[in-house]
Amino acid sequence: MSFDQPSGLSVRDGARGAAPGHFMTLTITVNGSTHSVAAEGETPLLYVLRNDLKLKGARFGCGTGLCGACMVIIDGKAVPSCDVPVSAVAGKSITTIEGLGDIGRLHPLQQAFVDEQAAQCGYCASGIIMTAKALLDANPRPTDTEVREALEHNLCRCGTHHRILRAIRRAVEGEGAK
Amino acid sequence: MSASTTTPRKLPGSLETNRQLDRWLRFDRDGTVTIFPGKVEIGQGIHTVLVQMVAEELDIALERVRLALADTSYSPNEGMTSGSLSTQQSGIALRYAAAEARDLLMQRAAAKLGASLEQLTVRDGTITARSGGSVTYWELASADLLKREATAEVAPKMPEQHSVVGMNVQRLDIPGKITGKPSYVQDMELPDMLHGRIARPPGPGARLAALDVAEIEAMPGVTAVVRDGVFIGVIAVREEQAIRAQRRILRSAQWEEQPTLPANSDPRYLLDLESEDEVISERVNDAAAAAATRLEAEFSRPHIAHASLAPSCAVALFQGGKYTVWTHSQGIFPLRGDLAKVLGSAENDIVVIHAEGAGCYGHNGADDVALDAALLARAVPGRAVRVQWMREDEFAWEPFGSPMVVKMSAALDAKGNIASWTHDVWSHAHSTRPGSKDGANLLAGWHLEKPVAAARPGNPPLPGGGSHRNAIPLYEFPGQRITNHLIRKAPLRTSALRSLGAHVNVFAIESFMDELAVAANADPVEFRLRHLKDPRARAVIETVAAKAGWKPREAGDGTRGRGLAFARYKNAGCYVAVIVEIEVGNEVRVKRVFAAVDAGQAINPDGIRNQTEGGIIQTVSWTLKERVGFNRERVTTLTWDDYPILTFGEAPEVEVTLVNRPELPPLGAGEGAQGPTGAAIANAIYNALGVRLRDMPFTREKLISALA
Repeated sequence: MSFDQPSGLSVRDGARGAAPGHFMTLTITVNGSTHSVAAEGETPLLYVLRNDLKLKGARFGCGTGLCGACMVIIDGKAVPSCDVPVSAVAGKSITTIEGLGDIGRLHPLQQAFVDEQAAQCGYCASGIIMTAKALLDANPRPTDTEVREALEHNLCRCGTHHRILRAIRRAVEGEGAK
Repeated sequence: MSASTTTPRKLPGSLETNRQLDRWLRFDRDGTVTIFPGKVEIGQGIHTVLVQMVAEELDIALERVRLALADTSYSPNEGMTSGSLSTQQSGIALRYAAAEARDLLMQRAAAKLGASLEQLTVRDGTITARSGGSVTYWELASADLLKREATAEVAPKMPEQHSVVGMNVQRLDIPGKITGKPSYVQDMELPDMLHGRIARPPGPGARLAALDVAEIEAMPGVTAVVRDGVFIGVIAVREEQAIRAQRRILRSAQWEEQPTLPANSDPRYLLDLESEDEVISERVNDAAAAAATRLEAEFSRPHIAHASLAPSCAVALFQGGKYTVWTHSQGIFPLRGDLAKVLGSAENDIVVIHAEGAGCYGHNGADDVALDAALLARAVPGRAVRVQWMREDEFAWEPFGSPMVVKMSAALDAKGNIASWTHDVWSHAHSTRPGSKDGANLLAGWHLEKPVAAARPGNPPLPGGGSHRNAIPLYEFPGQRITNHLIRKAPLRTSALRSLGAHVNVFAIESFMDELAVAANADPVEFRLRHLKDPRARAVIETVAAKAGWKPREAGDGTRGRGLAFARYKNAGCYVAVIVEIEVGNEVRVKRVFAAVDAGQAINPDGIRNQTEGGIIQTVSWTLKERVGFNRERVTTLTWDDYPILTFGEAPEVEVTLVNRPELPPLGAGEGAQGPTGAAIANAIYNALGVRLRDMPFTREKLISALA
């Protein structure tokens, strides 16, 4: 098995050597910190985030990039982390929901989700917030249609859609007022 | 206290079956109170409601109330978290238990402070006597305080005394979830935990012809392959290794598939099968024979998936001959019973602990994956194993909401009033959850070399009912006959999907009411009210009509239209009326929905609104888009592309108005909107276009053929 080595990827033989499993040590930058991870290059980023870096905010929903529960931001773009091999993200800047804010110092989008109580089970919420973050970074005053279009690859099964749309609108208006 | 000869006093809510006060509450030394509900959080916000109810009775800050996760080793057995009953059962039990605990503490305080009860006040757990002395709950609460049976003789507060109940308290779980904190069983991690996946057969009845186990065992990271009958599981060090091994098995195993499924996925296959028929309500109106106008109509729904956003997951540990299983099951005690049957263990050797999952909307794969995890954990004693289903596993193997067919007929008298009414419903069973006396309702148990057979599928009994839930109309007709046709033998497993049969029964009743209103040349609101006496029912209809600005006999314009529908969930739960606004272009779009809800005393009004909004939007998705597909051998809708649900681009605006009844008991609100929403969409389409859609889902194809 072989793979294309993206530029900027630091590769050396991993803990188990190059043979079965093709383990290697990969360096990735998540939420501003650099991490070394021993994994196969084709491992979806999602599993590295969740199981190696213990960042559980990106969540598995489908494994094929159709539901958005695992969205992270890579170099400014919202990307489903279940569908990106870890070897493809070395040298890039990855932001996960844990990189936005924390309890007590919530990011304005997270605060808007609390203010609007925009969750039922909440499983989709972190992926949706990451998609919204990428949108607002690129377009701070999106229209309602633009918000809905940006969320076209995020699913919510509980039917919290209109609260979520209201929360994003609230974040947009709050930011605009500053 | 209770001699065996006397009948124990009837206690409110789940206190009836779990009578010791210390089963429900504990005062901890750090100035907190821990509550032990047996009902679980499934995204409906119940934990926040329970904390509110306890804080209210005890007069303590919300922050002082902690909630212990449901665990078979200490929680009260409250059966299933289902049927929108948690507030009535767990909430009411906790309310009475807390009121009684407060009373016991007040008596101790009175003795200690040398004051009468009337001279004491409580503020955040500190009891102060008018004369000046004070003492806290926690100073008074010795270990023996709650070691007694509840009496329910201490009356809870009156509604006008409430300061926490009835407030829009923010959900306690949202901040953690939206900051990425481990929140779900999917996020659990135990030391040295391994990862498992199950390679299921391609379809029901498939036989395994060949599998090279050695090839799988040799794959990187693979710790064990568990094969027992057609149950094949793989355990690996890393999650992606387990997934790769599962995929290799799926590619390499050779199966002999069996044509066990109906040739046509149209739900009318039900009409060709043998059914058990039961008349559940009958009233004869002799005058109906002379009726001027008669109408008949037939309605249907296909199989629908719960389609939780998170595929089901469990973590299990087998150590020293005992199992510990972490699960998002809706019933930890029933699950434990079925696990014991399949694993051949005593129930006491299995601890089942609830950990939240994503919204489940009924009986999905949660219980099944718990057995999967236990079966794999048994192969690696001392190591925890986390098993998550893949998306395709969930779509192929979860129990579906049953397909249903409803045939209606009615007669109108000369004044345009309904003289007689019949309703016949055909459906598979709506409850095949774990916990039956016979058999075990866990998927892997049926796949083992020595299978543990499934229990006989059935329905929850009336008055709640399963396939016949809400089949008996709340309207008052001089004559009616309601018949349930239960087809127990299901080619694909069916079980509880949010609202059970109410979705389709109310869809049929409320669509048909509009058809009859047209035949009677009446306005749909007025037509309903003239057949409806219950004042609470009338109030939600009148409220939603006023809120939406409904105009008598309002007509659509060929593109846009509005429709109304109403139901009281289970004829005993919350009342919901909805008005749906649709627009038809290439397909039907629901643009806006108004709803009015009466759920009795609202504990957390925003929680009721949130649940109702969610119920509405999910039902828009079911009604417009959803259908499980299959061929003779297997389910064919395995991805979100095959089984699309409502997107953000398609989601309607929703406005819910609460009709609060603080003086009446609280009622669950999770399942009240499903029936009315489906019917209101059909009524709005008729209002817009003059065509009647009776077979869900209302896709573009159905619309085109109706207009042709």
